[in-house]
Amino acid sequence: MFALVDGNNFYVSCERVFRPSLQGRPVVVLSNNDGCAIARSNEAKDLGIRMGHPWHEIRHLEDQAGLIGLSANFELYGDMSDRMMSLAAGLGPQQEIYSIDESFIGLEGVKGDLVARARAVRARILSWTGIPCGIGIGPTKTLAKLANHIAKTAERKPGSYPARFAQVCDLAITTSDELQALLQSTPVGEVWGVGGRIGAQLQALGIQTVWDLSRMEPQAVRQRWSVVLERTVQELRGVSCMSLDDVPPAKQQIACTRSFGSAVRDLALLVEAVSEFAVRASEKLRAQGSLAGEVLVFVRTSPFRKGPQYSRSHVQPLVRPTADSREIVKAALDGLKSIYRPGFDYAKAGVMLMEISSAAHEQGELFLDEVQGEGTSSSGEAQPRRDPQRLMAALDAVNQRWGKHTMRLGSNRLNAQAPRGWVMKQERRTPRYTTLWEEMPLVRA
Amino acid sequence: MYSLDAPQPIDTPPLSALTIPVLDLKSSVRAGFPSPAEDLGAKRIDLAARLIKHPQATFLMRARGDSMKDAGIFDGDVLLVDRAVTPRSGHVVVAVIDGEFVCKTLSMRAGRVKLRAANPGFPDIVPTDSQTVEVWGVVTASIKQFAA
Repeated sequence: MFALVDGNNFYVSCERVFRPSLQGRPVVVLSNNDGCAIARSNEAKDLGIRMGHPWHEIRHLEDQAGLIGLSANFELYGDMSDRMMSLAAGLGPQQEIYSIDESFIGLEGVKGDLVARARAVRARILSWTGIPCGIGIGPTKTLAKLANHIAKTAERKPGSYPARFAQVCDLAITTSDELQALLQSTPVGEVWGVGGRIGAQLQALGIQTVWDLSRMEPQAVRQRWSVVLERTVQELRGVSCMSLDDVPPAKQQIACTRSFGSAVRDLALLVEAVSEFAVRASEKLRAQGSLAGEVLVFVRTSPFRKGPQYSRSHVQPLVRPTADSREIVKAALDGLKSIYRPGFDYAKAGVMLMEISSAAHEQGELFLDEVQGEGTSSSGEAQPRRDPQRLMAALDAVNQRWGKHTMRLGSNRLNAQAPRGWVMKQERRTPRYTTLWEEMPLVRA
Repeated sequence: MYSLDAPQPIDTPPLSALTIPVLDLKSSVRAGFPSPAEDLGAKRIDLAARLIKHPQATFLMRARGDSMKDAGIFDGDVLLVDRAVTPRSGHVVVAVIDGEFVCKTLSMRAGRVKLRAANPGFPDIVPTDSQTVEVWGVVTASIKQFAA
């Protein structure tokens, strides 16, 4: 048995904890560079604002409807997520943190009334952190996710589902007639893993609801689509095909890319930005215990701006797979220098790490070192080679403890006192209330 | 001969606590008699663990204003606010009034809720019928720093 605990409109809810005046008002949280809506309050959804809606298209609602647009405050969301997840863990013995606002809980061996237990956990998360959430329970992960959708929708749109499913919905204890009715009133596109393209194909074949999908012949689904969709059909029928991954699968590509706050022309500024991206990507690489074999770097101008256009990328192979920030930054900068052309207004750059392998299978580097002459001193005496893994671990530990950018490589001198053109535009960000001593909320006494 | 008006320059750099490296006592090498406290396994008092009973529910806020001075809360103090504590009459709380955070003493008598100031120069807040009082959290401690 599985549960999915999911924070409602999570980023907006985090903002409202520290700005109670946002309660009841339409609020959106904007992506990097204040580009588009990535979280919406219910009031904003009711204004017709979509996920990903560009800010410049909805900005007029500030005056017309009192809409509030906030820059994403990821430090705050990360801390609130941490608080929420550790309380959600009280629901059952296993937890898989699926995203910043969702976690699956394995309920194996949990005795007693699961709905009552889920309601108690939900009430505690709301009271302790201020974050409302929905909890779905089901015999498979796909059904738990669907139950979560029902729990949230029943609360937000009264009448869409029976009211007793609001906030907490357990699909494992419904009668088969009830379950059929619930699946029949849910569009097929709400199923986990059914994307827009497959959803459209299914609808073209007359598969409109989740119920229709669950009645399809699994064999036929595998032949027509994929084993993944077949698994989804099985899971909708209550056959569990997916277990809790305590460790999420290692990513095969790690990217750090960003649009610049304002156009960047200067190579020196691009060097700084690309170094920063390479460092970030290397940190992610080390966090999942992997090595990269290739580094892709790209720069491009904005197709939405006037002026000459330019877009190039370059893949720089690494001598050997590594997670060492210094080698990855060097490869990224070598790539950057080979593709940089002066005279363009660069709007975006990025670094992508590819050919990712597990650090556990690292090749012996004894001979390579000798070939490169690193392992011997000028006198020819063997010198203990400095261990890059320990250096990188120390770098990560320092930056985790004392904040990003505390310790960094020479080429990325990000200076908080002197904002550069490429630093993310976050004009509307609220204070980092819970992670910075200087930015804690004020209370009138 | 010593001259009184030409003192010898002192070469030793000034000793400052900042320039002395901090030794990790746990891992330093010890010789001689074993410490009689060794087997007790005592841990140094952990201030955060002592003051924060519910880490997921505890937030820091900075007080602005003097209305709680008789309760020991002064302008600039840092408050530990615990949302897991059930508010009772007499608790110092952070409440939300008209969308704003205020720190006052919660008073609940005969079904009437009041937010009392702890300074005769400030009025109590008696919510009107249209106002709702939401207790955001209970203030469990106040930190006043004298020197960094």
